[in-house]
Amino acid sequence: MTATIAPPAATAPRPPRRRRRRAGGPAGGSGRDAWLLVLPALIPIVIFSVYPLVQGILLGFTDARAGYNLPINFNGIDNYTKLGGNTLFWNSFGIGLLWAFSVTILQFLASLGLALLLNLNLRLRWLARTLALVPWAMPPVIIAIMWRLMLNPSYGPINQGMRALGLPGDINWLGNASIALPAVIVVGVWAGMPQTTITLLAGLQSVPTELHEAAAIDGANAWRRFWHVTLPALRPVIVAITTLDLIWNFNSFALVFVLTAGGPGGTTMLPMLFAYNEAFRYGNFGYAAAMGNVMVVVIAIFLFLYLRGQMRSRNA
Amino acid sequence: MTTLASGTVKDTGPVTGASVKRARMISRPLQYLALVLYMIFLGFPLLFLLTTAFKTSRELQSPNPGFLPTSFDLQNFVQAIEKANLFTAAGNSLIVAVCTTVLVTLIALPAAYALARFRTKLRGIATGWILLSQVFPFILIIIPLFLVLKNIGLINNLAGLVLVYTVWSLPFALWMLQGYIVGIPVELEEAGAMDGASRFRTLRTIVLPLLAPGLVATSLFTFINSWNEFFFALVLIQDPSLQTLPLALARFVGAEGQVQLGQLAAASLLATIPSLVFFLLIQKRLTSGLLSGAVKG
Repeated sequence: MTATIAPPAATAPRPPRRRRRRAGGPAGGSGRDAWLLVLPALIPIVIFSVYPLVQGILLGFTDARAGYNLPINFNGIDNYTKLGGNTLFWNSFGIGLLWAFSVTILQFLASLGLALLLNLNLRLRWLARTLALVPWAMPPVIIAIMWRLMLNPSYGPINQGMRALGLPGDINWLGNASIALPAVIVVGVWAGMPQTTITLLAGLQSVPTELHEAAAIDGANAWRRFWHVTLPALRPVIVAITTLDLIWNFNSFALVFVLTAGGPGGTTMLPMLFAYNEAFRYGNFGYAAAMGNVMVVVIAIFLFLYLRGQMRSRNA
Repeated sequence: MTTLASGTVKDTGPVTGASVKRARMISRPLQYLALVLYMIFLGFPLLFLLTTAFKTSRELQSPNPGFLPTSFDLQNFVQAIEKANLFTAAGNSLIVAVCTTVLVTLIALPAAYALARFRTKLRGIATGWILLSQVFPFILIIIPLFLVLKNIGLINNLAGLVLVYTVWSLPFALWMLQGYIVGIPVELEEAGAMDGASRFRTLRTIVLPLLAPGLVATSLFTFINSWNEFFFALVLIQDPSLQTLPLALARFVGAEGQVQLGQLAAASLLATIPSLVFFLLIQKRLTSGLLSGAVKG
């Protein structure tokens, strides 16, 4: 499904060796049985997702356009040389990176705080936990509509609250080129908090209590215990969820499409919105696919650097 | 991770010494303050959506509207349903989500069993594909998919949408289901086989009942994702009579004026209810199922 509602299952790449049974499965089946059972799932996945994906990557090297029976020719790296000079695209790319990193970092900090609180024995914890989960179930379109109401210049409660405090209460949050992106980022944080919070909470609950006790006996205060015990233990979970958040945020579409549609003046034009317009508004399929390819390469580079950095500091 | 929801009551610190107690006297109020702030940030927009849905157009246009509606006015709901064609859209969404869920469950169940119980390379491939499918932006997939579906006449067709949703829900449904199957001790099946029950019988009478809660969670989650999906629907459905709820709502936003805010809120509220109810039903199982690997692995 879309990136924003994609499941966090991938945070759980179980080491395969753990569950491997002896060959052949329980009641003496064979590898052929396994393939037979998997086939009904495999065929549609290959036809309708692996094949289109390969096709999509290839399209990025063609001049494909929308329309019936137009010939499609490979044009090598023409799309990419053209993209190189497309400042609008690179602007959008910069906005996308700023958006993805800001949302991921803020989301992580906010979720870590909430997860730490939820891990304490506080009253009303159940309510906070339920509230934290709700955005997960909401369609991104509706989250966007809800925040359009919140940020509405005249009716919205945020401006009303500011007026009540004697501040300028006529800010056009989504219509002002210099505030639209920060406003949209806040909505992004709100929308993505559930997965991050729940994952971190689960991680916190698996930190052995004995470690804390030992550290406390050694005289470590709460802050030092957090820094030297909790955080290192939580590290694999943190790396997994921030990696996924970064990918999801960079590829997100529906939320911003409904909030601002990329406006005002293209200041919230995420790369996905840009490529969507290129493909389905202007019909430049090949060019849009080339943009998709550039996005994959860039996100792959960032992931590589991030994960390698994490590996190194862990081994150090 | 089954303790996630009800929670093993675990405090971060040990309970030794007076200094710790004193520190807690100071930190507890701060912790509650932080928790309340979080609840406002997370809950206020929801509450505001709820109250807006019940406000009359006069209230919405007043320069200083109160937070609570003055009356329990259902006018917005009635008008929203008429104007945005919500019934048709909800019907389309329901058809697509139910068909997707049924298809995904039927296809994923045997495959998940194979992934969980047989020692093959499939497991690695499946994991790889699930991770890979997260990285690629949907723009790369949707263009060729659009061309393929156009060739077989499934553009502007709910069946085409069901097909796409099924394929894109499958990896995740597989992953969840195989996790639940792995959690069922294989010894139970071996015992069944030893007692002379056929493979099919063992599966039906021993595995399936134990798997039922996980199966329900997976199905409902698939339903929610299809119900909420926007991007594929935006590209693949152009006919207004075929649009799903998220599409209908997104189009409704364009026509927004001050007067329509109430209707917009009412429509949004109605469209959220099914996924919200399902989500709250399965959330404990969902979070425990998803995370067991990440945490214990």
